Amino acid sequence: MNISVNFSALREAKWYQFALRFCFGGAICVLAGVIAEKYGPAIGGLFLAFPAIFPASATLLENEQEGKKQRAGLHGMIRGRKVAGVDAVGAAMGSLGMIVFATMVRQLLPGRSSSLILLSATLAWFVVSLTIWHLRRLFVQWCRHKPMSPHGDNTH
Amino acid sequence: MVCAFAAIGDVLKPKSFAGLFGAAPSVALATLYLTISSQGKIYAATETRSMIAGAVAFFIYASCASWLLMKRNLSALFATITLMPLWLAVSFGLWFMLLR
Repeated sequence: MNISVNFSALREAKWYQFALRFCFGGAICVLAGVIAEKYGPAIGGLFLAFPAIFPASATLLENEQEGKKQRAGLHGMIRGRKVAGVDAVGAAMGSLGMIVFATMVRQLLPGRSSSLILLSATLAWFVVSLTIWHLRRLFVQWCRHKPMSPHGDNTH
Repeated sequence: MVCAFAAIGDVLKPKSFAGLFGAAPSVALATLYLTISSQGKIYAATETRSMIAGAVAFFIYASCASWLLMKRNLSALFATITLMPLWLAVSFGLWFMLLR
């Protein structure tokens, strides 16, 4: 499946879906600041990669998919959970990009324009995440089309 | 920032690609902007050193969440909340072993 943009999803989205994620994100920003103030930047920094909005996003996605199936007269629970699982696979790949983001900011920030470094690191996060996503997709496609031996093993 | 990344994730397909934005550095960007302006760049750079451990923990957390959702069919809320201690354990463990 190719990457596509569906703007109608924004019209279907409820205001509270964004409010919820805004609140979780804001709360973690404050929490990271408070922890850094109390225990130092080394501990506070851990929370810069806290999965703040992921639980809310996954739950909303599960409910949305379940609702869609129920409106079509189907149960939809399993479908909702599978889609949330696929979303989590994406988040795992995005977190690898986050390692690159953090490394780049750490190495380049002192002595340089902070806006430029943060922008470049965000771009690097996207490029790395996209590359990993693409490589995984190619690997999955290769596994699906791999010829099977008569005995079911693919060692040769 | 958080809402912008969330909105991008909502409109994209397929969902494995949209999921990338669930691990976007949105909280980190907002926090780092504030930290740089209030505490300076060296302090912010120290925070990002620990962020690497947090990101590795996020990878393990999201991988486990994916497995629980797809193979065990647990609800998203239950899976993502019950795995929070795993994120805490891995991130603090890595920090203690490698970065302290």
